[in-house]
Amino acid sequence: MCLAIPGKVIEIYATKGMKMARVDFGGVIKEACMEYLPEVKLGDYTIIHVGFGLSILDEKEAFETMDLLKQIDDMGEEGTAA
Amino acid sequence: MKFLDEYRDADLTRKLLADIQKTVTRPWTLMEVCGGQTHSIIKSGLDRMLPAEINLIHGPGCPVCVTPLELVDKAIALASRPEVIFTSYGDMLRVPGSRGDLFAVKAAGGDVRIIYSPLDALKIARDNPEKTVVFFAIGFETTAPANAMAVVQARVQDLQNFVVLVSHVTVPAAISALMQSPDVKVDGFLAAGHVCTVMGYWEYEPLAERYRIPIVVTGFEPVDLLHGILDCVRELEAGRHPVLNAYARSVSREGNKPAQAVISRVFETCDRAWRGIGVIPMSGYRLKPEYGSFDAEQRFPEVRAIETKESPLCISGLVLQGIKKPLECPAFGVQCTPQTPLGATMVSSEGACAAYYRYGRLDPASLAEPGKRR
Repeated sequence: MCLAIPGKVIEIYATKGMKMARVDFGGVIKEACMEYLPEVKLGDYTIIHVGFGLSILDEKEAFETMDLLKQIDDMGEEGTAA
Repeated sequence: MKFLDEYRDADLTRKLLADIQKTVTRPWTLMEVCGGQTHSIIKSGLDRMLPAEINLIHGPGCPVCVTPLELVDKAIALASRPEVIFTSYGDMLRVPGSRGDLFAVKAAGGDVRIIYSPLDALKIARDNPEKTVVFFAIGFETTAPANAMAVVQARVQDLQNFVVLVSHVTVPAAISALMQSPDVKVDGFLAAGHVCTVMGYWEYEPLAERYRIPIVVTGFEPVDLLHGILDCVRELEAGRHPVLNAYARSVSREGNKPAQAVISRVFETCDRAWRGIGVIPMSGYRLKPEYGSFDAEQRFPEVRAIETKESPLCISGLVLQGIKKPLECPAFGVQCTPQTPLGATMVSSEGACAAYYRYGRLDPASLAEPGKRR
């Protein structure tokens, strides 16, 4: 139910006074309401749930997390992890 | 695909599993309260790859499953009315009511339509002014912003033939109720990543403090889930109980403020019955009085009181609280299958019973016990 998948914003427009976008999910294009992401811009990756954008994925956070997870492992392999 | 494939990486998954193995020294029971996570764990087989000390149990994280029988029966009664077009997310249609389900209403000629987004229900209302369109507004906090926006737009667009049957539930109240139950044994929680995308995680800080349990905001892909589990096990081994965020690319502490504003404009907190569990105080949303004209229960007051009847065989209430696993139910895979479900946990693709059935967990020997190798 709370399934929500990342998609790339490829077009932004307005319908019935609502901010809307066309979002590309790896080749499948769907419409989504962006009223909850007023700052969204073209090229952003967004989390979409039942036709509504809920968050803009933070590339910096994603990079830092991935870096951290890989570091954890490097420490583990050297036997220095807790 | 970006933001997806790298979180399904087999090498990183193996590395994280090894790190969890190095960290764990004692048995720990972790609970996720999100059907999407339950499904992902069983599908990927993570529960079988983790060290034997880690027992993953599944909480009441499937909103379809916890929608109370009384509301399913009301939905069936509404959908059966000739002047109604009943709209719902697809998972709800096969959920058994006391007598039949919404699919049976559709088969008997009722106008029941599956929608992807609540905005689709608004369009159906615009296109069918002679009918009353009822939308079954269920879900956790993740779905509440979409459902609330449908009500706001119905008012803006003056769609007087659009009403909602509301059965919203909230996660922090459920965690609180589980921790107060003497039968539920949980050492740490994985908090649902998309609920927290909307609400943030500040609400969990007093819970972690009160019950002295670590709570880790966790995503849905294998790497995300193992990241959440690793953080949780680290804190448990160190005797700490913070709230951590292992899904930072989507979740901030404060959450999505515009979404929260529309939720609180349309909904107010109320006591809510959870199917199989009972009433949990202040665990749901209902429409605020100023949106009462969009309330299906006010528009059709005659569907209010319906006598409900549950299957005597179904133990979904215990499954939803993590007290029993699906394989401990004598009816699992015998009288109860996705084709002939006795309870909602076998219906929704996110229900624990349906996930176990779908991914071939039919052998009781594979039942996870803390401290025993599966």
